[in-house]
Formats: sequence, structure tokens, C-alpha cells
Amino acid sequence: MDTGKVSGDPVIRLIGVEKTFSGQPVLRGLNLDIPRGKLTTIIGRSGGGKSVLLKHLIGLLKPDRGQVLVDDVDITTLGAHQLNEVRKKFAMLFQGAALFDSLSVFENVAFPLREKTALSETEIEQKVRAMLEEVGLPDMGHKFPAELSGGMRKRAGLARALVMGPEIMLFDEPTTGLDPLLARTIHDLIVETQRRFGFTAVMVSHEIPEVFGISDYVAMLLDGVIVEMATAKEFQRTTHPVVREFINVGGQCESSGIAAATGTEQSQG
Amino acid sequence: MIDTAVAGLGRHTLGLLREMGRMMLFLIGTVAWMVRPPFRFVQVLKQMHFIGVKSLFVIVLTGSFTGMVLGLQGYYSLRKFGAEGLLGSAVALSIIRELGPVLAALMVTGRAGSAMTAEIGLMRITEQIDALDTMAISPMQYLIAPKVLAGVLVLPMLVAIFDLIGIYGGYLVGVQLLGVSSGAYTSSMESSVEWKDVSGGFLKALSFGLIVTWVCTYKGYHTSMSAEGLGKATTEAVVLASVLILIWDYFLTSVLL
Repeated sequence: MDTGKVSGDPVIRLIGVEKTFSGQPVLRGLNLDIPRGKLTTIIGRSGGGKSVLLKHLIGLLKPDRGQVLVDDVDITTLGAHQLNEVRKKFAMLFQGAALFDSLSVFENVAFPLREKTALSETEIEQKVRAMLEEVGLPDMGHKFPAELSGGMRKRAGLARALVMGPEIMLFDEPTTGLDPLLARTIHDLIVETQRRFGFTAVMVSHEIPEVFGISDYVAMLLDGVIVEMATAKEFQRTTHPVVREFINVGGQCESSGIAAATGTEQSQG
Repeated sequence: MIDTAVAGLGRHTLGLLREMGRMMLFLIGTVAWMVRPPFRFVQVLKQMHFIGVKSLFVIVLTGSFTGMVLGLQGYYSLRKFGAEGLLGSAVALSIIRELGPVLAALMVTGRAGSAMTAEIGLMRITEQIDALDTMAISPMQYLIAPKVLAGVLVLPMLVAIFDLIGIYGGYLVGVQLLGVSSGAYTSSMESSVEWKDVSGGFLKALSFGLIVTWVCTYKGYHTSMSAEGLGKATTEAVVLASVLILIWDYFLTSVLL
């Protein structure tokens, strides 16, 4: 099963990854290459193991069998200390944004800087302010996560993830629970920042067809393996029957970035 | 029928052993991260405030009423033998050796331990613990170790306060209310309480501090991903910590005596 491979220079390679949760196999010998500097989206059924897959990329979960190579280093064999070194390349935006409740938005964004860099307080303040402006949350620094709406949390989470200048960004269903308009602005924000900062992005989503408009590559996870991976354009012309059915329900669109506009129209079913 | 019963018993035992192993590894991991830089003094101080200062009221309250009821019970028991003068000794020894450490630890479990489990459990459910991991910050070091260290440091202090208030509570009832002579109360206490009673009580306090924070952080850290799981984890933490305190108290007492 060699789908999930692309030509070029992969930054992350998953080889034969297997993972079972209490007797239930979730990943079954999965192979996947993540191309450097591109936005790759993984689609698939709810509860199909997409988030599990994403958590393997950053070592939050360890596979029962198989390898996860990040820049040719197998992170499944690393100890806690070495793993933390590899993790410095990563940042992740969680489904619920995972902001620290006890800290204000400003302190949340400043948190990784304070913990992991030797920057002075004034430098940190400048960086945090600039980043909050970047994600469209200026003047929100003093608020606490509980006071923010879902979209604002996502923005704050994005700011916290981006502030360290990661090489690889992971997005776990970044638009779940948001209305279509808000989802579109978050998508735009992701694409914009990805182009600006040039990081490798891996996104898990079931926003079809929107993902075709914003992704460079799309991969489909089905029954614990990647059954199809291609550029967003090619992916929509797939002949794989199940993948066809899956994307037809969401409807198709051109890779033009206006995907969200057609997103609310449901297909004939 | 017997087959399934035996199999069930075996499964249960294995599960229990596995859980004990996991708890032990959790403790070893916590200590390993505790002694490794960066040291989190601010976190430890914050936790000492949370576990210690915020438990003061309930410790003072339970301490005073425990001492008072001991004074009352002790007086009527001792009077049968005409030994009311030994009331100070009876109150002080039972509080310093047993009731101070045990009751203070149980109160801390109920007040701070349950909150600890809920806090860490909620952080687990909302992926804040994973977020720490992705930032290359060990949650064991940032979250767990300061709580355990603070618990071990703070519980002896709380016990000292509990002891003091308890003995004064006994004095209040025995001397002020029931008419035992003030000199007899204090001198009987002075002649019977030895250093090893006090040090034994503090050894208990130290180990109870470890048990409470260890069990409560462990249960929070391994919360299953639901609101129901969080409630279950909190209940389990309080029950397990309380039971372990009482069992460990018996063993420690039998060794110390």
C-alpha cells in the first residue's frame, strides 16, 4: 500500500504505523509523507483516527508498531528529553484551542516565550502584541479564555502556536464548531500565515469542499490507512469509489480560494 | 460458572496490579522531573498557598472542635477513675500522635486534593496537558511535581497548627468549662509527651502529604475524556487517598511504637 507517498522532500514520514486502542485497531500499517513547506489536509470519517494520526506526528501518542520520521529522526525511539528537542520544531492548534484557563490571552501567548527563550519582558511584550494583531485580536490580551468566543479562542491559540516561529504547524479540526463565515476567516488566516511564515502545515478537517480550495495536498484516511493522497486538484478527480462518495456528499469546487462561498450549498446527496 | 468467576477475579487482580504499577511509575517520574532544572519555585509557592493557606480555615475549625470533643469525652472517662488531672496528657497525645496528622490529611484531601484532581483532569480533557507537551514543556515538571512537593512541605505545617489549636480546644473545655486545674492540664501534658511522639506525628504528616498529592494528581492526569470521567476521577481520588492514609497510618504507627 504505497498511497500516501509524494515525490519531493518530505519533512515527516510515517512508515507502517499501527495503533490499537483497547483492542480496537485505529491505524493499520499507515504510510504517509508530509511535503515540506506545503499545506497538507487529512480528511476522513469522524472517529476514523484523524486526530490520533495527528498526535502521532508530534509524539503525543506512540505507535504500537512502525516509524515516525521527523527530518529523518525516528521519534518513536526517543526518550522524553530528546523528544522535547524535536518538538521545538512543532506547534499545534488544538480543536478547543487548549488555552490555559488560569492565564490571560496575553500570558497564554507569552507562555512559550517565557518558558523557552531568554527574551526580555519588553521584547516578549512586543512579540506578543505583534502576534495578537496578526491574528486579529489586538486589545484582547487582558481577557481570559473563558471570556472569549470560539473563534477568538482559535485565533488566540493560533497566536500562541505561531509565536515561537515553528517549522511545522499541526491543526486539529480548526473550524469545528464555528459558523461557515467564521470557518472561512479561520481558513483564510491559516492560509495567509502559512504563506507568510512558510511553515509546513498539516491539517485535519472534514470541511469538504473548502479544504480543496486552501490545501496544497489532500490525503484521505480510511479504515486506518491512507487510501488516496494527491494535490488538491488531482484529488478531486480521484477514481477511488469510496473517496468519490465521500467528497461528492460535500460537493466539489475549484482550487481557487473561493471555496467557502459554495460551502453552504449541499449536494444532491 | 466457576470458570467465569475465577477469570473475573484474575482480570480484576491483574487490573489492580497494572494500576499500582502505573501509579508507582508516575511517582518515580514525578520525582525524576522534580530534581531536574528548571526548578519551578513560583509554581511551588503558588501550590503551597493553594494547599496550605487556603486550607487554614478548615484546619483551624476541625482542630478546635476535635480538641474540644476530646476534652469533653476525656473528662467524663477519666473522672470515673478520679484521674481528671491527666486530661492534658490524654488530649495532647491523641492529637499529636494520631488525630492531628490523620484529620488534617483527610481535610486537605477533601479540600485541596479533590480540587487538584478536577483541575488536572479538566486540563487533560481540554487538551491543555497535550498543549504543554507540544511546547516541549513536561507537564510532569510544570504541573505535577510542584503540587507534590508543596503537599509534602505544607502538610507538616498544617498539622502543627491543627495540634496547637486542638490542644487549646481541649484546654478550653477541660479547664474553662469543666473545672480541671490549669496546672494539672499543662503539667500532665508536659510530663507525658515526648519528642518521639512529635517527630512521629510529623513523619506521618510528611508521608500523608505525599499520598494525598500523589493519588490526586495521578487520578487527574489519567482522567478519561468525558465529564463523567472527571467526576469519577475526583471521587476515586478522594476515596483512594483517604483509604491509603488510614491504612498507611496503621502501618506507620505499628512501626513507630
